[in-house]
Amino acid sequence: MADSRPLPKPTPETAHFWEGTRLGELRLQRCDDCARVYFPPQPFCPHCSCKNVSVFAASGHGRLASYVINSRPHPAFQGPYAIALVELAEGPRLMSNIVGCAQTPEALKLDMALTVTFEKLNEDIFLPLFTPAEADS
Amino acid sequence: MSLPGVAIVGAAETTQLGRIEDMSQLQLHADGALNALADAGLTARDIDGLATAGESPTAVAHYLGITPSWVDGTSVGGCSFMLHVRHALAALQTGQCRNVLITHGESGRSGIGRGGRSTPASSLQGQFEMPYGPMGPPTLFTLPVLRFMKDYGMTHEQLAMVAVVQRQWAALNPRASFREPITVEDVLNSKMIAYPFHLLECCLVTDGGGALILTTVDRAGDFPRPPVHILGSGESVETPMVSQMADLCSSRAFSVAGPRAMADAGIEHADVDHMMVYDAFAHLPVYGLADLGFCERGDAAAFIAEGNTAPGGSLPLNTNGGGLSYMHSGMYGMYALQESVRQIRGTAPAQVANAEISLCLGVGGMFGASGCIVLGKHAS
Repeated sequence: MADSRPLPKPTPETAHFWEGTRLGELRLQRCDDCARVYFPPQPFCPHCSCKNVSVFAASGHGRLASYVINSRPHPAFQGPYAIALVELAEGPRLMSNIVGCAQTPEALKLDMALTVTFEKLNEDIFLPLFTPAEADS
Repeated sequence: MSLPGVAIVGAAETTQLGRIEDMSQLQLHADGALNALADAGLTARDIDGLATAGESPTAVAHYLGITPSWVDGTSVGGCSFMLHVRHALAALQTGQCRNVLITHGESGRSGIGRGGRSTPASSLQGQFEMPYGPMGPPTLFTLPVLRFMKDYGMTHEQLAMVAVVQRQWAALNPRASFREPITVEDVLNSKMIAYPFHLLECCLVTDGGGALILTTVDRAGDFPRPPVHILGSGESVETPMVSQMADLCSSRAFSVAGPRAMADAGIEHADVDHMMVYDAFAHLPVYGLADLGFCERGDAAAFIAEGNTAPGGSLPLNTNGGGLSYMHSGMYGMYALQESVRQIRGTAPAQVANAEISLCLGVGGMFGASGCIVLGKHAS
């Protein structure tokens, strides 16, 4: 797919996340002191400030928390497209797009189960997107 | 030792609002500032404190010929001016300066003399939001709303009623951009911008500016206009990424700034005669009423739809027509403050009878920041 999405540029703090997506992993971080899982990536816990944190591969499962369907043209998308908020099974929420699914209010049901998939933008950047979970089996 | 009170003694908007093709953004700051100085009977030489956002305070100070001894360039989006008022309050109370000027100017529609805004690809937004195709506030500020609708039962018709009611106020205001009455059907039949938001549920894009002048209450009698007292203030920030709001149905920044301002002022909800909630999009007043405790979260949309905030209602809200119908340059907070000042002075086009306490709630970014000011006719 010809894609002109704005390309993310990793920083030292987020490099592990983008390394993970290249390997087909959605990586989150967990605080080893307070046990909370967090996103976006950073080298200390946003809840308790401690630096004892670990990177782990998330399940890739989530649910559709909210979205809008943008009607205005964007060079990376054909026709109206949903910009979605996905709440992961592990707790954190992230922005994404829902693929393999009509971009309509009828098809995009709040709280529907989703599974992560990865879209290659170039050799370095694989972007996490989500598909309806039932379409995954 | 008790601190002196502080009041607004000068307030004005730019002479024109809407499409202003003969002024740069910096000149819009100056146009509002010169009008506010005239309103206060001062000249720029009398100003020793300056706060602004959108342009650097250095640029505005030099343009106006001011060498201030107190400067605030806090820039957290459209509510920056509420934060400037709060910071000026502290500066004036502690004698850091005597007369503070707060300016806003924005060539939001014409884009004359306006720097570009871009999101660096290495920022957190650049990495974790921009690749998914957001195109500015209509696709970001609106993102939490379907969750609010599902969890709290807000209907599409109730959301549309926010725009309908604010147009009722705008009809009473000769300076409002849009004054023709509209219906729920008109709103729901207007162009879809980003489902569930239609064109009439999104703010205008206009040019304009405005300025405020503040001083201590002991000197407020020296000015031609009656003082508008600052009774309370609050501020906070939450996140630069709407996707990372702690709760999609509530603004943490509102929940800190609003109650703090009301506690400072020593007021209860029933004391508020007039209210402004920065309405970049139709859901903002719903969130504002709920987060400040004026309504239960599940009742806020119905409260507006049933006419309680409309002309003649119990809680007059966004009485200039708001960002949806009056004007919205991009950083609308200044115009919300100007309307609160007009209501307390008794000079608003749609004047609320006996308005003695006005609460003005601002938002910055996409639920990223908030400032709240309680203004009063009488010192507390």
